Amino acid sequence: MLELEEMALVERPEKKKPLGPLFWLCVGWIALNIFGAIFANVLPLQNPLYQNYSAINVGPSLHHIFGTDDIGRDIFSRIVYGSRVSIAVGFGSMVIGFGIGAPLGMLAAYRRGRFDTILTTFMYILLAFPAIIATIAVLSFWTPRSVFKIILVIGLASVPLVYRVIRTATLSVATKDYVIAAKVQGAKDRRILMKELLPNIAPIGISFLLIGIATVIALEGTLAFLGLSVTTPTPSWGNMINESRTVLQQNPWLAIFPSLALCLFLLSLNFIGDRLRSHFDVTEVKL
Amino acid sequence: MLRYVIRRILMLIGIVFIISVGSFFLIHLLPGNITAVIEGPGASPENQAKLFKLLGLNRPIYEQYFVWIGNILHGNLGTSFISQTPVVTTIGNALPIDLEIMFLSQILAFAVAIPMAMRSARKPDGVIDRFFSAGSFTMLSVPSFIVIILLVLFVSIKLGIPHTGPSSYVSLRGDWIGNLESMALPAITLAAGSFVVYFRVLRSDLIATLQEEFITMARSKGLSQRRIMWRHAFRPSSVALLGAAGVNIGGLLAGGFVVQYLLNIPGLGYTLIAAINTDDYLLVQGIVLVVSVGVVLINFFFDFIINIVDPRISRE
Repeated sequence: MLELEEMALVERPEKKKPLGPLFWLCVGWIALNIFGAIFANVLPLQNPLYQNYSAINVGPSLHHIFGTDDIGRDIFSRIVYGSRVSIAVGFGSMVIGFGIGAPLGMLAAYRRGRFDTILTTFMYILLAFPAIIATIAVLSFWTPRSVFKIILVIGLASVPLVYRVIRTATLSVATKDYVIAAKVQGAKDRRILMKELLPNIAPIGISFLLIGIATVIALEGTLAFLGLSVTTPTPSWGNMINESRTVLQQNPWLAIFPSLALCLFLLSLNFIGDRLRSHFDVTEVKL
Repeated sequence: MLRYVIRRILMLIGIVFIISVGSFFLIHLLPGNITAVIEGPGASPENQAKLFKLLGLNRPIYEQYFVWIGNILHGNLGTSFISQTPVVTTIGNALPIDLEIMFLSQILAFAVAIPMAMRSARKPDGVIDRFFSAGSFTMLSVPSFIVIILLVLFVSIKLGIPHTGPSSYVSLRGDWIGNLESMALPAITLAAGSFVVYFRVLRSDLIATLQEEFITMARSKGLSQRRIMWRHAFRPSSVALLGAAGVNIGGLLAGGFVVQYLLNIPGLGYTLIAAINTDDYLLVQGIVLVVSVGVVLINFFFDFIINIVDPRISRE
């Protein structure tokens, strides 16, 4: 499959599309979510853990704009607090994944030779089994589960994928004339990697990073839905949806609002990533 | 071709070996003493020592691995400490359900994705293409656990269709219509996840293929649009589709776990989550091993089919 992916990276003829208002709307939405996650303590929100038994399963109203759950907690404030887990896991594990996978991928594509062959074979072997099974397996044994452990496990699981994307992207740049020219001029490897290769693979890297964050957040949601993420009562989008399972009939809002929050966040990330990719003229790589 | 197959098989053996080592060491991730975890708090030191010996934990680690892998090669994954049933039996009962869900969902996904991609590719950037593309892009951002929750909300709660809600699974042996009803939502959920991927991959490949000269040739011969699509353009465009299908199996598994968990369908995913919640570690280990090896084999199988469709790949 290696050949296929390398072929997929050929550049399209020049045609820059403007980013468009929808792009900026998505950026704004992500920024708003991150702002909410960081300042949830300071914002005038109700306590996400406070159980108000006189308001159980009430629908959206002025007092609770998204309603309350089956033990009287405010759904809106739980969603804002819940974004913390998703955002922390999404960004945190991608920091680990890119921190390890990207340098290795660049180095392998630049050096080639035996180093590349061994590393790539190893990464392809790791890629062969699905990240979801690996993360479920490790998290089911490695108790008690915390945000840190989840970030670590998903981050490490994403390394082979990041490695593959960055390596493929670097390969297509590393044979360009300007890189060879730099080599002939006697530039140091470090300089070539940082000044010549890095800026040229950055666009692909960034758009993959965004789509990667979205994938990780969906994965954390799935884990939380299966009860394998942070322990309750800490709210997260996934475990709120998990809690709604038993009261679907009485209180559908408890499922609908966190689902909407999660989907809109993922959609925005995917949209930004996709737009950036077509803006920088890279044809669709199977990410 | 033969060299390619041999190389792939060697790689396959390597992957299975790494999976087996990984699953073997999982149990060492458990915090503290394994015997204490298995026997629960308050177990006497004598009992713990007994179990320690019984499990062969006093032997060197590589020896433990070889005993363990030897048992597995004889089809023995151990007997659960919790339910006292052999792990192989439990997995054997659950696996057919997963296979049925996957089979149904893939048929559904291809049946929807292929005609849609052909319709889209006929006029790229036309109204229909834009609509399909935007729709599939949105679907890409909806994880399967949300699809199934929404389906349950509307189909089984609002519309009240029988056998579709949680805990209403009907086994295939009993009544097959009821079984199909209870498999409908899981199959649709998994199909929704797959068809988005298939549609996008096939659409972009078809658009590229339709610009080839042999298509212009077929057009100028006066062949019908339908014949050109199915007989001329489809096969060269289906390589990436098959590749996507192979890779997608991992996603299907996750989706399968989620639907089984929500609807209490006793497949592997449901069994796995139940095993995790009851600390049935041997069962978890067994399922992880079987599922990972299964995924690898399916990927191998798809690589093989791709080679038959497009023999150029194995020749490099």
